[in-house]
Amino acid sequence: MSESKIAKLHESLVKKEISCKELTEKYIEAIERDNGELNAYVTVTADKALETATKVDEKIAGGEEIGLLEGIPMTLKDNISTDGIRTTCCSKILEDYTPIYDATVWDILKKQNAVLLGKTNMDEFAMGSSCETSYFGGAKNPHNTGHVAGGSSGGVASAVGGNIAVYGLGSDTGGSIRQPASFCGIVGLKPTYGAVSRFGLIAYASSLDQIGPITTNVEDTAIVYDAISQYDKMDSTSKGRQGAPVYNTLKNDIKGMKIGIAKEYLDGVREDVRKAVEDAVKVYESLGAEIVYFDLPSLKYALPVYYIIACAEASSNLGRYDGIRYGYKADNYRDVNEMIKKTRSTGFGEEVKRRILLGTYVLSSGYYDAYYKKAQNLRGTIISAFNKAFESCDVILAPTVPMTAFENGHAVSDPVETYLTDICTVPVNICGLPGVSVPCGYNDKGLPIGMQLIGNAFGEAKILNAAWQYENAADLFKSADFGVKL
Amino acid sequence: MKYELVAGFETHVELATNTKIFCSCTTEFGGEPNTHCCPICIGLPGTLPKLNKKVVEYAIRAGLATNCEIAEISKMDRKNYCYPDLPKAYQISQYDKPLCEHGYIQLSNGRKIRILRIHIEEDAGKLVHRRGDTLVDYNRGGVPLIEIVTEPDFRSVDEAKEYVEKLQMIMRYIGVSDCKMQEGSMRCDVNISVRPEGSEELGTRTEIKNMNSITFIAKAMEYEFGRQVDLVESGEKVIQETLRYDDVTNTTSSMRGKEDANDYRYFRDPDLVTINVPRERVEEIRVTLPELPEAKKERYIEELGLPESDAVLLTKYRRIAEYYEKAIEGTKNPKTAANFIIGQIFRSVETESEKEEFNVSVSAESLNELIKLLDSGKIRMNLAKSTLDKMLETGKKATELIDESDMGGLDENTLNDLCKQAVENNPKAVSDYLGGKEKAVKAMVGFVMKNSRGKADAALAEQKIIEIIKKQ
Repeated sequence: MSESKIAKLHESLVKKEISCKELTEKYIEAIERDNGELNAYVTVTADKALETATKVDEKIAGGEEIGLLEGIPMTLKDNISTDGIRTTCCSKILEDYTPIYDATVWDILKKQNAVLLGKTNMDEFAMGSSCETSYFGGAKNPHNTGHVAGGSSGGVASAVGGNIAVYGLGSDTGGSIRQPASFCGIVGLKPTYGAVSRFGLIAYASSLDQIGPITTNVEDTAIVYDAISQYDKMDSTSKGRQGAPVYNTLKNDIKGMKIGIAKEYLDGVREDVRKAVEDAVKVYESLGAEIVYFDLPSLKYALPVYYIIACAEASSNLGRYDGIRYGYKADNYRDVNEMIKKTRSTGFGEEVKRRILLGTYVLSSGYYDAYYKKAQNLRGTIISAFNKAFESCDVILAPTVPMTAFENGHAVSDPVETYLTDICTVPVNICGLPGVSVPCGYNDKGLPIGMQLIGNAFGEAKILNAAWQYENAADLFKSADFGVKL
Repeated sequence: MKYELVAGFETHVELATNTKIFCSCTTEFGGEPNTHCCPICIGLPGTLPKLNKKVVEYAIRAGLATNCEIAEISKMDRKNYCYPDLPKAYQISQYDKPLCEHGYIQLSNGRKIRILRIHIEEDAGKLVHRRGDTLVDYNRGGVPLIEIVTEPDFRSVDEAKEYVEKLQMIMRYIGVSDCKMQEGSMRCDVNISVRPEGSEELGTRTEIKNMNSITFIAKAMEYEFGRQVDLVESGEKVIQETLRYDDVTNTTSSMRGKEDANDYRYFRDPDLVTINVPRERVEEIRVTLPELPEAKKERYIEELGLPESDAVLLTKYRRIAEYYEKAIEGTKNPKTAANFIIGQIFRSVETESEKEEFNVSVSAESLNELIKLLDSGKIRMNLAKSTLDKMLETGKKATELIDESDMGGLDENTLNDLCKQAVENNPKAVSDYLGGKEKAVKAMVGFVMKNSRGKADAALAEQKIIEIIKKQ
């Protein structure tokens, strides 16, 4: 049985079974106790959280109605700008940077009295798949702290999976919401490009970045997605949710829904993962869905296309960190050029520098056509292939990651091998499509396995409907041994 | 051997929109450093640009006024380079799909200077050097610019001067920029090369950057032309480089060597969407364009019969032309108003910005009223002239300055009487006149004018005086 955690807590607050302050305190205590081990939070905002909680309690005491997300303790990935709260991107270069404005998503949730517990860990500038490129060290997997939480939104996944936050917002450029959700046995949605405003999200790769929810269950993802998918005039690429709230159709019957499977997605996938996905197919069949098989040969281009485009955009987006206006500034320099050089050389980590160099290279004159332009053309090819696939199916089912969570330290030791593990998640970003990762089993070590449902543009309602039906039927969610016990 | 100058221009013009190109900060010039800024125009992490629609409209106006084709589909690109006055380390500009292309400006010698493209982009901040420290002021960062790029069509410094003046005039007319070179709202880069006269090949060019006065542009071009000719004549090579012009020494010097030539790594800005310009929109903008100075000048000559020199002076600034057109409404002779404006009113406007604003103490309506009094014969020219001087001094209307009794001219009898008196009182002048000195009659006319307080018609008085003398 599927159950919404947010709805349940909301009910407890409304029925005054627990005050918002008590609830918030429980989470703060759990953070104090467990964050040392999980390393999910890099900044805890206990005072501000309690302030909001008190406000919500006053409203409840005054008999006022409260919204679903009002008073619910949550977290934000540390690349989402928060006015007055430091936002570091887990980089030395922004270690002391405090924004003077709110990201649109946080502005929306703040107005609904969401209780922000703090900012969570991530790979530096969202570049990585294990959270280990973080300047503050990686976040750990709540199901087994010898393994990583995944990346780049590892902190959110660790906090939500470890129940030291009810839900969180992450960002997904090539899988950074879905992959850690998959590793931590929870749900993560990467919305359609343009569905959620990027204003205030510190850019990694602007044409791929998208903010989305990470929650323990599909219903909560639907609730949070409906709240944040608003058109924003501050983001020219924003369109907002198209159509009715996804919550309205979340629990609809999926009899006759066509679920597409491309064998290319299963090539090279580890056996335990393949088995779990195949079992999920059986669940869908039992729910009356129709399974459709199709070819997706252009999938093999997805990784190089992703790394070329993402690095190119990153090399430009990260040029602003020069030590002049904000953030870290190196000392001992002779002139401004040396100051900028030293600031960047010592302020950025290895992975960030690697991607800036790659991106600078592919955009350079003489190489532009061979790399960047070719990648853009192939991006078009992949988009066409997905459009064609959706002529024969409603949603696509695929593994989220070809394996389960890496052991600590493994990912950073071989960057190229780690890049290859993004194969199943990057196509969605390249095409601007929505994708949700849902837990679909555990391997013999007890590590969660995730599967991914991919929809056509603005097809969030369909994939979340399919995800909820699966979750409700398979009933696989396991609480990790951390956090608040309710 | 004789050498020919070949030059092309890249002109940056700041657009006179109220707000910046990607945020809602003011574009006002000056202000305390870093007070016309927001998270967007100082490029704080996470901020996104939003294109100001007025900027696109103004650029299209500029394109139409310079005979350009307006692109249906355009886009914004990032020009990446690292400099402290550029807070994002990239300038949002246009690379391969500029808003306007293939225009021209025609010079007085009949030659057309082809405009390759006009694109929109953001301005950078400003570095301020103070006591060994360098400070940055981002007030100007994000102010909208258009860059107007010509083909290498200039063959002389005079052509260049005329082009810059014309461009300035057009941009002011269509209201897209004040083009104040001293405030930097119009700045020119000039590409120069030389070649033997008659040659078709282009020589190696140098680029003189960021000049902000027409005089300097001319001087710099002359100097650079001479320098290149000397190099070529002595068998040396012109090096392709970027130069700075020093107005104190009147020389050019290298700004940066080739080794750190920039690779701007242009690519489409993913934060901004495609700019679609429907054809109907272009037409909507086209009909709002005012008559341009060149066309106006021709019309003043052809239709109003003004001499070219007057037409040039009256059309150079839009406000003056508007003033003139209001002043001649319903009057008999367009030349009268032209004379008044050029001869008398212009004395009160000296500087360029005074001419630009043309805030004179006599309104066009008042001038029109004065001319109508003249047309109807109620006052004579010399009274009109002196009245206009008084109007300029006091700001009063003609009707407030001229007595009722002064108006309506002189009746026939009074004029006859005055002419008789003039003849009677000036026997010497009469005998001089009869002795063949025709000019002697002027003294008698003067008498009439004086005693009629200028109301008499001098020509008529002269005619009558001669008649009286001849009758005697």
